[in-house]
Amino acid sequence: MNQFPWLTLMGLVPLVGAIVVWVLPAGLAPRAKQIALGFSLVTLALTVAAALTFSPHSTAQFQLVEQHQWIPQFGVSYALGVDGIALALILMATILTPICLLAAWHDLPGEEGTSREKNYFALMLVLETFMVGVFAATDVFLFYVFFEAMLIPVYFLIGQYGGQRRQAAAVKFLVFSLAGGLIMLAAVIGLYTQGPGGVDGFLVQKLTGLHLSESTGRLLFLGFFIAFAVKAPMFPVHTWLPDAATEAKPATAVLLVGVLDKVGTYGMIRFCLQLFPEASKWATPVVIVLAVISVLYGALLAIGQTDIMRLISYTSISHFGFIVLGIFAMTTTGGAGATLYMVNHGFTTAALFLFAAMLVNRRGSKRIEDFGGWQRVTPLLAGSFLVAGLSGLALPGLGAFIAEFLTLVGTFQRYQVAAVIATIGIILAALYILLMFKKMMTGPKPDLAKGTPDLGAREKWVVVPLIALFLVLGFYPKPVMDIINPAIRTTLGYVGVTDPASVVTVADPAQPTTGVTK
Amino acid sequence: MIPALGAQYLGAQLPGVDLVPATFNYAALSPILVVLGVATVGVLVEAFVPLRSRYAAQVGLTLAGLVAAFLLLVLLAVNHQTATAGLKVLGGAVLGSVIIDGPALFLQGTILVFAILGVLTMAERLGGVGADAFTPMGSATPGSGQEALALRAGSMTSEVFPLTLFAVAGMMLFPSAGDLLTMFISLEVLSLPLYLLTGLARRRRLISQEASLKYFLLGAFSSAFFLFGTALLYGYSGSVYLPDIAAAIPQGGSELNGLLVPGVFLVAVGLLFKVGAVPFHSWIPDVYQGAPTPVTGFMAAATKLAAFGAILRVVYVGIESARWQWSPAIAVVAILTMVVGAVLSVTQTDVKRLLAYSSIAHAGFILVGVLAFDRTGVSGVMFYLVSYGLTTIAAFAIVGLVRADGAEATHLSQWAGLGRRHPWTAGTFAFLLLAFAGIPLTSGFTAKFAVFEPALRSGATGTIMVVVGLLASAVTVFVYVRIIVLMYFTDSQNDAVAVVTPSVMTTIAITFGAAMTLVLGVWPTELLQLSASASQFLR
Repeated sequence: MNQFPWLTLMGLVPLVGAIVVWVLPAGLAPRAKQIALGFSLVTLALTVAAALTFSPHSTAQFQLVEQHQWIPQFGVSYALGVDGIALALILMATILTPICLLAAWHDLPGEEGTSREKNYFALMLVLETFMVGVFAATDVFLFYVFFEAMLIPVYFLIGQYGGQRRQAAAVKFLVFSLAGGLIMLAAVIGLYTQGPGGVDGFLVQKLTGLHLSESTGRLLFLGFFIAFAVKAPMFPVHTWLPDAATEAKPATAVLLVGVLDKVGTYGMIRFCLQLFPEASKWATPVVIVLAVISVLYGALLAIGQTDIMRLISYTSISHFGFIVLGIFAMTTTGGAGATLYMVNHGFTTAALFLFAAMLVNRRGSKRIEDFGGWQRVTPLLAGSFLVAGLSGLALPGLGAFIAEFLTLVGTFQRYQVAAVIATIGIILAALYILLMFKKMMTGPKPDLAKGTPDLGAREKWVVVPLIALFLVLGFYPKPVMDIINPAIRTTLGYVGVTDPASVVTVADPAQPTTGVTK
Repeated sequence: MIPALGAQYLGAQLPGVDLVPATFNYAALSPILVVLGVATVGVLVEAFVPLRSRYAAQVGLTLAGLVAAFLLLVLLAVNHQTATAGLKVLGGAVLGSVIIDGPALFLQGTILVFAILGVLTMAERLGGVGADAFTPMGSATPGSGQEALALRAGSMTSEVFPLTLFAVAGMMLFPSAGDLLTMFISLEVLSLPLYLLTGLARRRRLISQEASLKYFLLGAFSSAFFLFGTALLYGYSGSVYLPDIAAAIPQGGSELNGLLVPGVFLVAVGLLFKVGAVPFHSWIPDVYQGAPTPVTGFMAAATKLAAFGAILRVVYVGIESARWQWSPAIAVVAILTMVVGAVLSVTQTDVKRLLAYSSIAHAGFILVGVLAFDRTGVSGVMFYLVSYGLTTIAAFAIVGLVRADGAEATHLSQWAGLGRRHPWTAGTFAFLLLAFAGIPLTSGFTAKFAVFEPALRSGATGTIMVVVGLLASAVTVFVYVRIIVLMYFTDSQNDAVAVVTPSVMTTIAITFGAAMTLVLGVWPTELLQLSASASQFLR
């Protein structure tokens, strides 16, 4: 049962790194970021090595499995394992961490070598540990532990290192997340009492396919879903995100929006769909409506923003709407699209936040109207920002296009109206991205002091991998699709739905256009 | 104190009035006897040992006594699962005035650990002659010349150590009392020294004395309620022994049947007062604020534990079978306690008062576990008491170290920016606050799970209580997070507030408390195992 503990190692390395960075003696303190980067790269290498041992053709739901008793009295195991979805997300997280560390290199000017700077990088590494853990946990209790514990480093990252209104943003973030989390805790305990119990009663496998009474199942589903909706974040519980993402340092914002929020959508697939199939179908109409609202509402608000970071946050709310739509369409195409979307969104958001931060650092302002004509000042950076923006509006040839297309096709198979309305989100996306680009980059050359530098060497190391990933995922997504598809099929198998036979059946008036058809 | 019940009485119908030589299981009582003995010796030390060596003698003696009692207890617990004193078996029911069974051993051991940690923090001198938290002369009027004189003469109130020991003995007896009269006596034995200790703070003495008086008056009231309830239950069942009361309940139907519920409620008032459940909580904030900080920490941990131990015994040995008649009311109390404790803690501006309201909320969480009515509930409650107590003692010890101009800086605004200036202290305190909030990987989370899981299993009332409990937790999270915001995210130029460097003793107490908070969050298996195997009451 227990093979080489890949997943534990992937979680342990950044944790050790965090401790090393944290206790670094004063003489070595200026090297903190190099050491942190080193540890994150080792983690990435481990993840890639682990991914190579992953077989897409396995019949078991989880691979790289590790399982030990942790608190037998509560039925809790230390159980890790990944399916294609989790593996893709862990890969995304471990790729983004070194990029973020590199982008955060000069985040604390004038504090090089201080313990504050050490703590900053140590906290990011701690966060990486929890990110790996939360996606790898196959024990509901363990998942919950990671889910809640990861709030603490983010809270400190926002509250200690953020901008002007960081205190309020950090508290708002924590209170929203913990309120959601505590509701989920009630559901977690409730689920266990419904399950078989025993020393490993919290394992996902043991809790799948329980015979829950209708009301119990639905209440438990709601407990999980509300927490995930806050995390994702969906309309109407999204209000913490723009504040948190704007006030946080860009690197923190990337990890927060790009990775942490994925826990919400990942949780919907892994826990809501798999553990409560009946309740998921019951809730689908409402969820689909909320998702479509998120798509349009996020996009419309993005158009209206004057702050670059807030704009990017609202685009994420719109994109999360798409992801949830794809998940609750409950078709293999939609599910695969949503998962691919999660990965692509991680990279897109990272690019948007980090490139925008490079601009903001040069200009000293986050307001869009303070820019203008910047493609004449920093052509390389402006070009990179354009590519990131195009990925945000899902231009064909970039990874996001395939994901968005699959999501919409998958949704259309079952919910034509929702898919059609959500498509408007694509048009709005073009608007908010291109308007922003126009205002910031085009126009006459601004009257700036001489010597605003274009991309430096370190920044190129941030930009190049991200753009390369867009292109790889855009032109050759097959390796990722290969590991995602079986996982989606397995999950939908638990839900007990099969894809609608053909879109043509829609012509049949007897076929309902909403609700699960089979 | 302990009725003589010999082997001759086995099988007798009624406790006889003729006097028979008593047989005690002295081994089972030895930890309590050691504590009482050392306390008495401490009184003699106070009288005969010269002033300059008194502090060392008292602290050494007290710690030695507590450690010896703890070792004896461990020996006792390893040797046999249950031991009893003053025991008889009547018609299958176990009657005894002091019952040393699994829960009693577990709780007594914990009280001794709390007491050791508490004494370590109380003995902190910070370079002075006597313990820093206590006034040099309790009887002097605050601010009077007599007080200044006492200070100059180098006098100190080292009698706090024997007083603590007497309280500890009472606390150990409280959860092991098998009849309501013994329970009442141990309640008084534990309370009276605490009233005194509360009034002995070195600084802000008027508040301290006011707190002491308030505590005494309200405590006396609640004791009266308890005694009156005992009388009613005696009227109902013809006995003060808990198993007798339990045996009387199913028979029911007598003309005195109406006495049961009032009796239960009055006894409950006395016990709920001690744990600080709403609406009997009003003393908690004042007393926690006024008492010397190390005493507050000890009291918050150990009194709560002893009182909940007694509640567990009364409920599970005595009145469980009548639970349909009284548990809805106690469930309402639990819900009120959680809500009031959580909501009122939001508005607090004093750290000690804030922790006081948080302790009220925690009492509510623990009551949820009590009302689960099964063994996992008992085990969960005991686990909660241990983890909460360890965290609390460490937290109050840290509060005692944050000073401005020599006095404790308890106003929240004074804690601003502490994280930057004193990273270790602030970091530890933040960690303890996260444990109070019940964040995973701290003992607070494990403990909450341990009481909520059996409660949720127990039925609809339990489910409601758990949901309210989680909502209340969300509110308290906001409170704790506010302190972390102050310590870490607020810049302050207030350099007057600083953390004084404590002695080894306080450092040990804080380190142990914080370390256990982490250990019980990450690796709670051993203690859960222990509390589960010690959760069977002898009845």
